[in-house]
Amino acid sequence: MIVLGIESSAHTFGVGLVRDESPHIIADVRKKYVPSRGGIHPKEASQFFISEGPKAIKEALEGSGVSPMEVDAYAVTLGPGLGPCLRVGATLARGLAAYFEKPLVPVNHAVAHIEIGRYLSGFKDPLVVYLSGGNTMIVAYEEGRYRVFGETLDIALGNFLDTLAREMGLAPPYIVNGKHAIEVCADKGVKFLKELPYVVKGQDVSYSGLLTASLKAVKRGARKEDVCMTAREIAFSAIVEVAERGLAHTGKKELLLVGGVAASQTLRDKFRVMAAERGVEFYAVPPKYAVDNGVMIAFTGLLAFKHGIVVPPEKAYIRQRWRLDEVDIPWVSH
Amino acid sequence: MGESLKNHSLIAVGAEAALYKGRFLNLDVVIKYRLRKPYRLNDLDLQLRIQRTILEAKVIRTLMRAGVKVPPLLYVHPEEGILVLKYIKGSLLRDVVHSGSIDVSCKGLNYVGKYAGRMHSIGVVHGDLTTSNVIITPDNMAYLIDFGLSKFSNRIEDMATDIHLFTRSLESAHYKWKDFLLKCFLRGYFNEKGDEAAKIVAVAKEIRMRGRYVEERRVKKA
Repeated sequence: MIVLGIESSAHTFGVGLVRDESPHIIADVRKKYVPSRGGIHPKEASQFFISEGPKAIKEALEGSGVSPMEVDAYAVTLGPGLGPCLRVGATLARGLAAYFEKPLVPVNHAVAHIEIGRYLSGFKDPLVVYLSGGNTMIVAYEEGRYRVFGETLDIALGNFLDTLAREMGLAPPYIVNGKHAIEVCADKGVKFLKELPYVVKGQDVSYSGLLTASLKAVKRGARKEDVCMTAREIAFSAIVEVAERGLAHTGKKELLLVGGVAASQTLRDKFRVMAAERGVEFYAVPPKYAVDNGVMIAFTGLLAFKHGIVVPPEKAYIRQRWRLDEVDIPWVSH
Repeated sequence: MGESLKNHSLIAVGAEAALYKGRFLNLDVVIKYRLRKPYRLNDLDLQLRIQRTILEAKVIRTLMRAGVKVPPLLYVHPEEGILVLKYIKGSLLRDVVHSGSIDVSCKGLNYVGKYAGRMHSIGVVHGDLTTSNVIITPDNMAYLIDFGLSKFSNRIEDMATDIHLFTRSLESAHYKWKDFLLKCFLRGYFNEKGDEAAKIVAVAKEIRMRGRYVEERRVKKA
């Protein structure tokens, strides 16, 4: 069985082809929109996807020698994400499914990040920390769904890092040689600034106050590198702390780190140290699959399709705010 | 002092502290030792451990005086991150709910609601109010524990955060019974807190909707 997955929720148009026998991944094509200044401009990103998307699909199929008729189902991210971006992937997927008369499988972007992580780690029942530009949450499977045990009360960790970098004049580009601009700057920091706020509320974190205070510190003349170092230390320690609380609360023995921010080595190290202390197994999705990609959509689509989850193309609406805990997960059982 | 704790029996290791059982002043006690976190920078680690130990001691003393059931505080050593509290015999509310004793759970939740109400009335917020932070004694009384994230505040927003966290701990860990159990909790809370309770609960709902990708938020706008 072969499933083609399309991802277009933010900056990456990804196409993946996977099948249920080895080798599982048969195509992985990505086209990344990089803004010339500022953050992601939804309209610009969607225009980029309109011109690059069809080429990416063609590349994935031709590169792997699979014809569109051999694909058993087409899977697509319907949310959460940026509306104009999601619409491009959804339109193409609806078209493919309708034209070739194949089933269309709706995929939740957050679920896909978790499923690719579970597949790569081999974990059965992990506590999952999902960190990306738009998401910061601690989740675990309970009674048929992934439930949220903790999350950010305001902005996401990736968003925090990006905004801080942009406002400090360190970005774009946000990532150079796999390293975030804030991290490059933080590595040169020496002094911990005691006045920056550390905010953990129960199992939730909050980053907006830290963002404001960090920018104020820069304005007041604090050394940029020290601000970067302190902000990184506080932001990362806070999420590790709430993850540890989640482990204590749920009693889970596996810890899985997924999403784009999982690529940070500093953050991985912190999680690894915490997990080792608690005697919990730890796995961080490698950067290649931690960032947005089509393979995770195809893979999750395959799981869903095998459990009969399909949607008629005319009803495959995008949902910009499709929450993780609204999605039924019939393929997990324990 | 951290070293000498090894002579006591370890009863639990939580997310931020280890709990030891021992004897002190001829009483059974719990010694709460805030652990060093090797993943944190030293400066941040020391700052958080001292601040939280002092604050926790102040909060417990304030609650004791107001008649909220909490383990009585006997000794504090901020630099070592140590609190000594009277030992309370019982089970965690979380385990009571999981064991299926729904009537006992409801009664316990009623108490939690009452104490949360009183706590809020005297300007204290718990900061980590979950079913894991309540002890149910053999005579079915409830004790609030773990004030590690508590603070003094009269802001509706902070009180509502307590209610929001507690509601979510019921939803995420006790999904089957959440609606019934939530009613038990809110009955106690409304009885104690009176008119202001409705306002606080409304803000708690608002906080929930501030979370990302919450569906109700869209419905509300439309």
